[in-house]
Amino acid sequence: MTDVAKAGETRRRNDIRDRWLLSAPALTLIAIAGTGPLLIVLIYSFLAPGSYGDVKWEFSPNGWFNVFLSRDIFDNTVSLADAHYTIFWRTLRLALATTVLCLLLGFPLAYFIASRPPGSRSIWLFLITIPFWTNMLIRTFAIAEVIRNEGIINSLLMRLGLLVAPVQMLFTDFATLVGMTYVHLPLMVLPLYASLEKLDFRLVEAGYDLYASRFGVLLRIIVPLTRPGIIAGSILVFVPALSSYVIPLVLGGGKNLMIGNLIELQFGQGRNWPLGAALSVTLVLVVMIAVIFYMRNAGEPGGRAHG
Amino acid sequence: MARTFSVRRQSGFATVAMLCFFLLYLPIAALVVYAFNAGTSIAIWEGFSLRWFVSAWNNQQVVEASWRSLRIAAIAAVLATACATLAALATTHTAPYRGLTAKYAFINMPLLVPEIVTAVALLVFFSRVKLWTGYSGLGYLILAHSAFCVPFAYLPIRARLESMDASLGRAAADLYATPLQIFRHVTLPLLWPGVFAGLMLAFIISLDDVVITEFVKSSGQDTLPTYMLGQLRRAITPEMNAISTVFLLLSLSLVTVFFCLSRNRKKES
Repeated sequence: MTDVAKAGETRRRNDIRDRWLLSAPALTLIAIAGTGPLLIVLIYSFLAPGSYGDVKWEFSPNGWFNVFLSRDIFDNTVSLADAHYTIFWRTLRLALATTVLCLLLGFPLAYFIASRPPGSRSIWLFLITIPFWTNMLIRTFAIAEVIRNEGIINSLLMRLGLLVAPVQMLFTDFATLVGMTYVHLPLMVLPLYASLEKLDFRLVEAGYDLYASRFGVLLRIIVPLTRPGIIAGSILVFVPALSSYVIPLVLGGGKNLMIGNLIELQFGQGRNWPLGAALSVTLVLVVMIAVIFYMRNAGEPGGRAHG
Repeated sequence: MARTFSVRRQSGFATVAMLCFFLLYLPIAALVVYAFNAGTSIAIWEGFSLRWFVSAWNNQQVVEASWRSLRIAAIAAVLATACATLAALATTHTAPYRGLTAKYAFINMPLLVPEIVTAVALLVFFSRVKLWTGYSGLGYLILAHSAFCVPFAYLPIRARLESMDASLGRAAADLYATPLQIFRHVTLPLLWPGVFAGLMLAFIISLDDVVITEFVKSSGQDTLPTYMLGQLRRAITPEMNAISTVFLLLSLSLVTVFFCLSRNRKKES
């Protein structure tokens, strides 16, 4: 090797070493106080529960066993863990319903913004981002106030004579659904807008020239062209909706649990840390699958570049 | 048809959009209006008054929680932004090297992992550390907040760095500037809007956090959001609305500054 080549090689190595040093603080921080401790949760899911919370350091498959099955304490018969399936099903159902609702509302909204004159678009977008950056707890609280028995909706309907007694909306699955849709709508609108903004309206025009109806154009031209945005928005809503904790707690009223609340329960009152850990790992796996699906389908056509 | 045909129009979309804007702002508006209610109810209007703002101001717990929130958010935002800036410098303007993609994924991982799972993991880990060290101060909260703020600070800084001209740094190096001088006199001044955006984003994110704080905090370490969560389980007075209103104003002003900054940046380029 010539001296020049050797010097170049050393410089490249030094550069890479420097880059690792530069990123070391961020990586260490995340490893210690971010996602590193997830490894402990993974290990805990294979241990036996301690009597007052915590774990005993002995291997036990019961954490995972209890996620899906339950053993009768009297006659040792094994059956499906019905209570868990109810919660899994509610979580999945609510997360999917939230995604669909956000899409149905968010698509026209994003389309409306994208079809404004370029100068005023950022103002409309700003109006979408304000609620997004407001504290999630405050927004949840605001929804609770509106739909409670003495809230605006019930009192308005009663004053109009449409209702005799208030309809119980707070502390139901419906309340959770409304809250999740409200909180997550901006997450749907932003990627949809990004896609719609790039839409080539000459193609739409061509559709009209070929005698397509408005709905035909929407369904067969606009929607297929904005598919990456639709997938991105759906995943961005679906993933946090799936792992909601605060919204079902405040709006569902502690009875209509989702998987996030079930996890909390195992580390709190339930005192079954291995079960809570196994549930956490399950949730992470489901989320990861959704994210991988997203990366495969919503990426830029040219592939994503790093660096 | 009286109206001219527009290819961009889709019937009903504008109506849905307006309805969405209305629904997005109605609950927030109602919340703010009832903060000024003279009565003790959050449902029946009994006239205008500022009494709940006064009562929140005199509530020792609220004031303490607010200060704690602001202190944690300020320290966490600075820590996260410093780490994120260095990490962004390490991952931009470079030929691909081994571990780059992994590094990028790891930095963004806090965005992907469900908050409740991170919260539980930190609860388990930090409760061990508390037993070993006997230390149970605000440090745990600050560390946890810094960690989940890193990706939020990283994104705008990295975006700004990407759009910067790498040859400026090389020109400075040709003129015998040391790497530190290059960073101090060339990179940082150009990078500053990105750093500032990252700092503010991290601050807002830290200020908003409920779930991780709820699990990591020791007793007596309530932040404003966890205090509010605790109160929501009891009978609610308009004092909650008053606190929320002030909190809203703070977020709103931060977001407005952020918006104006990014707008100017777009005009520049």
